[in-house]
Amino acid sequence: MNIHNPLGGPLGGVELRALEIVGSLKSLEGPLLPILHALQEEFGHIPQTVLPLIARELNLSRAEVYGVVTFYHDFRQDPAGRHVLKLCRAEACQSIGGEAFCNSVREALGIDWHETTPDGRVTLEPVYCLGLCSCAPAAMLDNELIGRADLAAVKAALAEAGQ
Amino acid sequence: MSLIHEIDYGTPASKSEKTVTLTIDGREITVPEGTSLMRASMEAGIQVPKLCATDMVDAFGSCRLCLVEIEGRNGTPASCTTPVAQGLVVHTQTERLKSIRKGVMELYISDHPLDCLTCAANGDCELQDMAGAVGLRDVRYGYEGDNHVKARDTSGEANPQWMPKDESNPYFTYDPAKCIVCSRCVRACEEVQGTFALTIEGRGFDSRVSPGMHEDFLSSECVSCGACVQACPTATLTEKSVIEIGQPEHSAVTTCAYCGVGCSFKAEMRGEELVRMVPWKDGKANRGHSCVKGRFAWGYATHRDRILNPMIRESIDQPWREVSWEEALKHTASEFSRIQAKYGRDSVGGITSSRCTNEETYLVQKLIRAGFGNNNVDTCARVCHSPTGYGLGQTFGTSAGTQDFDSVEHTDVVIVIGANPTDGHPVFGSRLKKRLRQGAKLIVIDPRRIDLVDGPHVKADYHLPLRPGTNVAVVTALAHVIVTEGLYNEAFIRERCDWSEFQDWAEFVAEARHSPEEIEKLSGVPAELIRGAARLYATGGNGAIYYGLGVTEHSQGSTTVMSIANLAMATGNIGRKGVGVNPLRGQNNVQGSCDMGSFPHELPGYRHISDDATRDVFEKLWGVKLNNEPGLRIPNMLDAAVEGTFKGIYIQGEDILQSDPDTHHVSAGLAAMECVVVQDLFLNETANYAHVFLPGSTFLEKDGTFTNAERRINRVRKVMSPKNGYGDWEVTQELAKAMGLNWHYSHPSEIMAEIAATTPSFANVTYELLEEKGSVQWPCNEKHPEGSPIMHVDGFVRGKGKFIRTEYVATDEKTGPRFPLLLTTGRILSQYNVGAQTRRTENTAWHAEDRLEIHPHDAENRGLRDGDWVRLTSRAGDTSLRALITDRVAPGVVYTTFHHPDTQANVITTDFSDWATNCPEYKVTAVQVSPSNGPSEWQEDYTELSRRSRRIAGKMEAAE
Repeated sequence: MNIHNPLGGPLGGVELRALEIVGSLKSLEGPLLPILHALQEEFGHIPQTVLPLIARELNLSRAEVYGVVTFYHDFRQDPAGRHVLKLCRAEACQSIGGEAFCNSVREALGIDWHETTPDGRVTLEPVYCLGLCSCAPAAMLDNELIGRADLAAVKAALAEAGQ
Repeated sequence: MSLIHEIDYGTPASKSEKTVTLTIDGREITVPEGTSLMRASMEAGIQVPKLCATDMVDAFGSCRLCLVEIEGRNGTPASCTTPVAQGLVVHTQTERLKSIRKGVMELYISDHPLDCLTCAANGDCELQDMAGAVGLRDVRYGYEGDNHVKARDTSGEANPQWMPKDESNPYFTYDPAKCIVCSRCVRACEEVQGTFALTIEGRGFDSRVSPGMHEDFLSSECVSCGACVQACPTATLTEKSVIEIGQPEHSAVTTCAYCGVGCSFKAEMRGEELVRMVPWKDGKANRGHSCVKGRFAWGYATHRDRILNPMIRESIDQPWREVSWEEALKHTASEFSRIQAKYGRDSVGGITSSRCTNEETYLVQKLIRAGFGNNNVDTCARVCHSPTGYGLGQTFGTSAGTQDFDSVEHTDVVIVIGANPTDGHPVFGSRLKKRLRQGAKLIVIDPRRIDLVDGPHVKADYHLPLRPGTNVAVVTALAHVIVTEGLYNEAFIRERCDWSEFQDWAEFVAEARHSPEEIEKLSGVPAELIRGAARLYATGGNGAIYYGLGVTEHSQGSTTVMSIANLAMATGNIGRKGVGVNPLRGQNNVQGSCDMGSFPHELPGYRHISDDATRDVFEKLWGVKLNNEPGLRIPNMLDAAVEGTFKGIYIQGEDILQSDPDTHHVSAGLAAMECVVVQDLFLNETANYAHVFLPGSTFLEKDGTFTNAERRINRVRKVMSPKNGYGDWEVTQELAKAMGLNWHYSHPSEIMAEIAATTPSFANVTYELLEEKGSVQWPCNEKHPEGSPIMHVDGFVRGKGKFIRTEYVATDEKTGPRFPLLLTTGRILSQYNVGAQTRRTENTAWHAEDRLEIHPHDAENRGLRDGDWVRLTSRAGDTSLRALITDRVAPGVVYTTFHHPDTQANVITTDFSDWATNCPEYKVTAVQVSPSNGPSEWQEDYTELSRRSRRIAGKMEAAE
């Protein structure tokens, strides 16, 4: 119930670019998810400051937009490292030594879940099923799937991906 | 007396007329198609366990407790989301269901604190009830695992899932540790209130209720209506008053004393202490909803500023002297008779209150007509909806809205003109938004971009941002489009109205000078918007017009009301559900105070004082001769006072100094009188000029009735003894007795009996009928024994509907080089009118001062930044307040509220008024805005005057 305009004050570059993206997609039916995807594509995450703008443009409340953003683990609220490594922790992968595999990767990278290596190169995320159960344990580096994954395969993929 | 328990059916009622019959636990029951199994069970007297369902919101099916088994169907469907079907055989309690429910409850309780004995919801907790209902005896999972309950785990590590209590809202707390994430609060905020301030953030075990974007409640979009608190099945959202006092033990249904929506509430009590107000589901105006004022802002009733003893003083520069009731009343009576003896019978008068009950208003006008022997009685409707009375009286034949609030559920196109329902009439605003979310179209005619124009799930199809003062021109242009494009409803007009009058009017509006293209030049509204809006209203189905003070408080207020009535008649939008012309009345009983004969020219029931037959009825009953000439209106009383011919006034429950225009003129008038009697809860601004102060009582302290904007007569019930000793009706009666009148009312019901006996439109109204029906809408008489939800159903009250030419005449209040901006005034949600009540509650958390809304362009020209002090000047006066820079107002227009006496926005407003009714032109004042260092000289002088005039002999002044 603020009497102040929540969007008061001049908009920064991120917000202006976000408004362009929102403007180009808002005529879609059910535009919120496509907009969020496009923003994440653009910025590598969804800056919290643009949520009220999206809300205003789509006639939603900022609570609703925030609820949607936080529901999906893939929408990041902070920028990720240059590469995102996802390791599957679901049942099929666990049944074939997934936990040990995950621990070996965490140890090798020196980071825990949701963390990014100090050089900003890799962010580690858990994922619950990549649909690759027949080739468990499964992993995914950026958009490339890795079947029958082990530490060596992950290291090789990271080497190939470069800095 | 005990606590009124309302049955929770779990899901909303189905409106289908088709019924189906089914068997639940061996009982056959017939319910409307579309009813849920849960609701059908409850109607059969079987309560299916539930947590996420409540009948104020749609079924959600998340708690998995309300499962049932249906013969011939697989699985265990949720009874809340499964509709009834013909011939179903349903079992709500089987071995399988019992074990599922117990398992579900175990999971809930494994992540819930076990502090029931010290919990604020103890005795009113659905989680506790359900644990009992399913026979939960132990929790196999233990309490040591991941949880949201404990701040630290056993080893002392901080628990990242735990969140502290949010106590930012002044009225309720949010304790996430107790939340079961049923999302009833989120859905209540969305479906009932329509604000969408809450969401569930995260997913799975991380799911939490989040106001805004993980903000606290106070900084979120929350409007503090309390629907979430009401919906919460646990102690997660709890009224602070319940935490402090405990659970209530008895309750009474009563009516809110704030705006004209007239919401019904259960006042839940412990002894004579009010614990909380809970909207009553059967209340026909609010249907179980409320706003922040009605539900929470009642603390003023026990505020330390309340004056509880009568006081007198010889002159206004003296301190007040506390006296006995007897002395105060004797003094008042002798002063009035002294003044009348010296200056003549017409030298005194009175003002009835739109805040008091019908019965009290009736008595005040009776005292003036029968006791003072003149008709110098007026009421604050003079400054708000008197043009409604005149305009609708002329066109339709009655001075009231045509619909009930339920009608909005059947509306297809809504025009909101000069009203801001989400702030001024919030519960109606929520009901309107609900209909808009269902697809109704919206046209907003307002200089400001009000919340309805653009907000969560609401977007006006047309917003006509007209220049203040051009209402008549724009509405006539709408009529121009309807007539010239042949969109009028000829069959309706021929049947219900006078065809030749229509033709005359049609010829007038069809003139080229009324075309949208011409009107664009003076109103600033693009012609295409006017055309589009007119076509939508005329052809979009059921069209309803809701309007407020932005229509009436103009020099052409009455003309605009008539032009609105013309539009409705021309399109046939009168006399059925979903249509009509609906003034949103400002105060709780402004409709009632008008009905009760508060105007100088009208006896109760809008009958002219010159009508011999009507006067005869009252003369016989009262045993006096009544004056057949209308008396003075408020502005005339003040004029006469300044001239020296009007010397005494009895003001019940109105603060004319703050609420009436041109404050300097009002203060000069009051200062010129010899006896100003103010009856109020507080030493209000008018009391600075008073000689006698009679302490008033709150709506919680007396019986009576209020009549809301839909003509609904609602009961007000006494739940505590008057702290001042008397209800206001008793004070007036005692004053009448002191003046030698022979009055002997022992209860307000006897006053209502007198009203019914003398006033045809109230003929059948009795307290017994109100007890039986809950409420009735007048007319309530032989022809309409149970009242009239919708008026003019088979024909207009006046016979034929009357079309009247509405010539636009620009106001004399014009901008120019000295005063280049137009000021318009209004209300904000958290404050009410002059703020005497809401300023004495925690509502100040939201609106601690009046601010001047100004467009960034105008601000930049003047070198103003947000929050700067500015000086606001008109030809009437000047004041200072802080600026709020926003594009809600158009360039050239500024806006402020008038809730705070230290701003005194009415120092600025002028003495221009409606040509027919003298309703002041609050909505248009030419002003200049310039930077300022702080309060103006007038404000500083006034603050000093207030301080001096509030001194009470023998009492310490309150420390500043």
